[in-house]
Amino acid sequence: MSRTLLQKVWDLHTVRRLPTGQTQLFIGLHLIHEVTTPKAFDMLRSRGIGVAFPERTFATTDHIIPTLDQARPFADPLAEAMLSALEGNCREFGIPLWNLDSERQGIVHVIGPELGLTQPGMTIACGDSHTSTHGALGAVAFGIGTSQVRDVLASQSLAMSPLKVRRISVDGELAAGVFAKDVVLEIIHRLGVKGGVGHAYEYGGSVVDGMSIDERLTVCNMSIEGGARVGYVNPDETTFDYLRGRPFAPEGEAFDRAVSWWRSMASDPGADYDDVVAIDGAEIEPRVTWGINPGQSVGVSQRIPAAGSNGGVAEALEFMGLAGGDPIRGTKIDVAFVGSCTNSRLSDLREAARIAKGQRVARHVKALVVPGSVAVRAAAEAEGLDQVFREAGFEWRGAGCSMCLAMNPDRLEGRQVCASSSNRNFKGRQGSPTGRTLLMSPAMVAAAALAGEVTDVRTVL
Amino acid sequence: MSTREIDRIEGTGIPVRGDNIDTDRIIPARFLKAITFDGLGDHVFEDDRAAMPGHPFSNPAYAGARILLVNENFGSGSSREHAPQALKRWGIDACVGESFAEIFRGNSLAIGLACVTAPRDVVGGLMTRVETAPATSLTLSVSDRVLDAAGERVAVTVEDQVRDALLAGTWDATGLLLDDFDVVRGVASRVPYVRGF
Ligand code: SF4
Repeated sequence: MSRTLLQKVWDLHTVRRLPTGQTQLFIGLHLIHEVTTPKAFDMLRSRGIGVAFPERTFATTDHIIPTLDQARPFADPLAEAMLSALEGNCREFGIPLWNLDSERQGIVHVIGPELGLTQPGMTIACGDSHTSTHGALGAVAFGIGTSQVRDVLASQSLAMSPLKVRRISVDGELAAGVFAKDVVLEIIHRLGVKGGVGHAYEYGGSVVDGMSIDERLTVCNMSIEGGARVGYVNPDETTFDYLRGRPFAPEGEAFDRAVSWWRSMASDPGADYDDVVAIDGAEIEPRVTWGINPGQSVGVSQRIPAAGSNGGVAEALEFMGLAGGDPIRGTKIDVAFVGSCTNSRLSDLREAARIAKGQRVARHVKALVVPGSVAVRAAAEAEGLDQVFREAGFEWRGAGCSMCLAMNPDRLEGRQVCASSSNRNFKGRQGSPTGRTLLMSPAMVAAAALAGEVTDVRTVL
Repeated sequence: MSTREIDRIEGTGIPVRGDNIDTDRIIPARFLKAITFDGLGDHVFEDDRAAMPGHPFSNPAYAGARILLVNENFGSGSSREHAPQALKRWGIDACVGESFAEIFRGNSLAIGLACVTAPRDVVGGLMTRVETAPATSLTLSVSDRVLDAAGERVAVTVEDQVRDALLAGTWDATGLLLDDFDVVRGVASRVPYVRGF
């Protein structure tokens, strides 16, 4: 029988069918951070339960940490309390923590792949919706809430309902200046922000096959923005090459054995999909969001939809202070943010740096580059990207979530407009209740930072 | 690990209109900066309420409501359990909506907050009714899959798995997942990457 990767992984990890009809699914890798875990550990303690497989859980800190002054205790006592709680819990339950002094610290969805923890055929859970990111390596990765974090700690398993699989095939070739971010914004725009509810998205086609792992991570990262809890790409040579030599990847002959197993977990040719969507990559333009959810985007050469259109357009335009029918190009920005688990990897920084090199950030723009991990930061510095950014007037920061959700000192003020390489343009997402976010690729963010307004990156390549 | 069975939820309703209301709006990220869920109920929809003086959660007519009425894709975005926790701590015990985002629904179930669905016109009708007469008594029966609005009964959809978990009191899954731990160990030992390649 031909099966999808999702079905194979699901079957392999099924513990049993629960009396409720849900499946008890074994979780192979559990990643934790400071925000969604303190209460989960409290619940374990109050119930007198331990952590079942502490060696299958790994912790980092990312959401609340300052990206400028990381001296302890933090200036913000609440942030300090959260990191202290994580430290205490990891110590008590024997969970490794990559803290601020570690070369391995970074955004949880950046370090998992980078360290080779994330591997094909795995089930992964993390108390963060963008856990879908890890699917780029052929894992089935679920974002969960705090009570489910407790469940995984206690039992290394989750009670889950089955998922359908939608195959999204992006074929043809992307034009210059069009990136993985644009591909996924296009997908979410076409299928809608709730189009993926109940589904895993399997991404394929020549465009996805040709992508690097960094690019696949960007696409899978935003699956959740399309309503799909899980997104994945079938493992292939690109995946295996990426994993070879990473700290947690198998070594030597074990690596070869792993590769043959990983290969066997990919969807079979002729597998049955619940749904298939085809997209022509050549039609995709650099995209920019104009609204308050990630589905509300247009190509950079297009106009913002008219206020009378369906689907909450009027509410979004009012919040954004934009006029329906206006071109998106030329929209003034105040802040530019290159970072987040969507676009803070070395290749993202390279693309942004390529645009910024030898140029100057517009005088009225505050521009930030925040690497996704300590390792990304070091690699970028080794090739002089920090210099390029600094000389162009960007701030070069420490690794963390930063202005993606502003649970740290990096945030918008008042009605500021931010060109952002992150994943959410929700009202208030970047820390100011009235702040406004325009999502785009890192190269587009860099171009907007220089021009002080939304610009077509294809004109400055 | 005793949880409790949940079937009938009775009380007044509170309507929050709009599609795709995300969890950042239900509880802004700055309120996640705490190591407990205590006090979240005071901050539910805080920024929306500030921006919109007539917000239902600021309207005394809806004080004490137990059943939240919402439109499409409610609870999208972040996986923060703080969103259903904030609603629950405010006093909400059930959500009736056109549809819910998946993680939100799972998080809600995990804390015994029932999310059930109904078609757009049914939800719209209920919202109008509650807006016109906020004191209207609503009763949700999970077992019968019916919402009774002062004598007017409408069918709601509750997934079998959700219904069973609520009725059996196993919505807090930890106990269930630990029931047969040897089987978990068995699976661990057959998964190649756990066993070692
Ligand atoms: S970068 Fe943003 S979306 Fe990613 S984990 Fe951090 S806060 Fe969440």
